[in-house]
Amino acid sequence: MPLRIPQSLYSDLRAHGEETYPHECCGILLGKSDTETLTVHQLIRAGNTRTDSAHNRYHIAPQELIAAQRQARKSGLDIVGFYHSHPDHPAQWSSTDFAEAHWFGCAYVITSVDGDKTKGAAQITNSFLLTGTSEDDKAFLPQRIEFDSPASN
Amino acid sequence: MNIHIPTPLRTYTDKQETVSVDGATVAEGLAALTAAFPAMHQHLFTAEGKLRSFVNVYLNDDDVRYLPAKEDSPVASTDELTIIPSIAGGTPGIPCRLPGCCR
Repeated sequence: MPLRIPQSLYSDLRAHGEETYPHECCGILLGKSDTETLTVHQLIRAGNTRTDSAHNRYHIAPQELIAAQRQARKSGLDIVGFYHSHPDHPAQWSSTDFAEAHWFGCAYVITSVDGDKTKGAAQITNSFLLTGTSEDDKAFLPQRIEFDSPASN
Repeated sequence: MNIHIPTPLRTYTDKQETVSVDGATVAEGLAALTAAFPAMHQHLFTAEGKLRSFVNVYLNDDDVRYLPAKEDSPVASTDELTIIPSIAGGTPGIPCRLPGCCR
């Protein structure tokens, strides 16, 4: 199941990672899903509450998730995924990402941002679909990213 | 009260994003939800019956864990409960051995 996203939103999530470098960025993807595709229609930048270790951890406040869910509901959309950056690390999911992943059927988009600790440039962006039904059988599957023209709701 | 269901758990509520239940407290509301949709129970609660650590439950805008009466907090029929799994992660601290991880 590919992740379909407008080029402008894809560029925005990568730019977010550059802006917060050397800290991790994070955000929420709103859109629609069917059996074939996850389609992103809106992107919500979120704050990283892990100010104690923002260079290698992220956490989105539940209040921001609830606000995103309300916004999605008003727009006829759902939360279909999340994104975050890996400053100076590969765009691959980590054991921490895996342990903290609980949104089955959603996309987890990761962008590597390399730099000199003062300024970073987005490198590779990968998406992983969280499959399974419980903590016992969950798995991240690599997910193809397809670009789409700006979508309407 | 209305209970808002997050995307991944709608599989267990016949795809309903909002479920209306009766109950005088948060705990009673959650019990009514899992009575109506038994498959939800294991996704919300541990085998010991405690809310799973990554499951956040909000009564309107308040985290139930931080309310004085916690899950025994009283609920009015106009109140809204929101179930929201946590979102967190980060870069690897040390290489791990999970398949496909830390490549």
